[in-house]
Amino acid sequence: MISTDTDILATAEAWAREGRGVALATVIETWGSAPRPVGSHLVIDAQGQFQGSVSGGCVEGAVVEEAVEVIAQGKPRTLEFGVADDTAWKVGLSCGGRIRVYVEPVGTRAAV
Amino acid sequence: MDLATLAALNAERAARRPTILVTDLAGGGQRLVKAAEIAADPLAQALDRQLRMGKSGLVEQDGASFFLTVQAPPPRIIVTGAVHISQAMAPMARLLDLYLVIIDPRTAFATPERFPDVTLLTEWPDEALKRLGLDGYTAFVALTHDPKVDDPGLEAALRSDCFYIGALGSRKTHGKRLERLKAAGFDEAATGRIHAPIGLDIGAVSPAEIALSILGEIVGALRGPRRATA
Repeated sequence: MISTDTDILATAEAWAREGRGVALATVIETWGSAPRPVGSHLVIDAQGQFQGSVSGGCVEGAVVEEAVEVIAQGKPRTLEFGVADDTAWKVGLSCGGRIRVYVEPVGTRAAV
Repeated sequence: MDLATLAALNAERAARRPTILVTDLAGGGQRLVKAAEIAADPLAQALDRQLRMGKSGLVEQDGASFFLTVQAPPPRIIVTGAVHISQAMAPMARLLDLYLVIIDPRTAFATPERFPDVTLLTEWPDEALKRLGLDGYTAFVALTHDPKVDDPGLEAALRSDCFYIGALGSRKTHGKRLERLKAAGFDEAATGRIHAPIGLDIGAVSPAEIALSILGEIVGALRGPRRATA
């Protein structure tokens, strides 16, 4: 079976070619029992549509919100989510882990 | 990520070539490193390590943080023989995320009814393998007992850097096979790569148990220390 993450990158390319504003979120670091491994992807468009998973559903909403801003600004950012809801996004991982997610714009509007 | 980089990454994956995307987390700068270019890269050691593990990850160098998106080709198993054992292997391989291709020119065996949801090629192995290509992320398994079908596949596998080669058959059958391969020009170092008798020694009796022992051996070759990289 082709891993789901590979299909996400193909989706990111297809969406970008359609001219949709696109961002790619990638899990770059995990601590404790994180739900998705390092390297997992989520692709998001300017309308907030998304495919893939960085946490199995726990923090996707917050990542999508940030990604829409990343698309608008054209600059990457790094997000961190922990177990408690003391993060700026008031969401957390119920499993007790922590993850760091890199969100970058995809396509011609990307920062060089 | 600019579109050209993303397109190149997708193209490399589609062609089953190992590739790493390096992202500078501070500045957002990126570069694509193909397997052949690793040695000359400033992050060569880290790139090599991550590719061997087949895992994406963070590395620190000279005070900067880089994220390595590792694209190792998805491992797959190519089997000659649409037989009872490969019928059992199909659903097991799927659970293991191992993509299975079955080759058998004998259309009486290779029917979609016996092999639902499996890539089934009713061609001669040398033709099918030429098209599929054998690489360091491919395991080759010969299960027909028929030299006409198995031998061309084994010869192609021995000429490639498949991470696993296995052939079904008793020691006697394998002895005859080694004689044929020797006559075809393969020395002992080459034929020594063939796992025969095939599978882990778990006393397997039924086709499903034999399939389990073969898949166990393949996972060991893939994840174990002797894992080959392309």
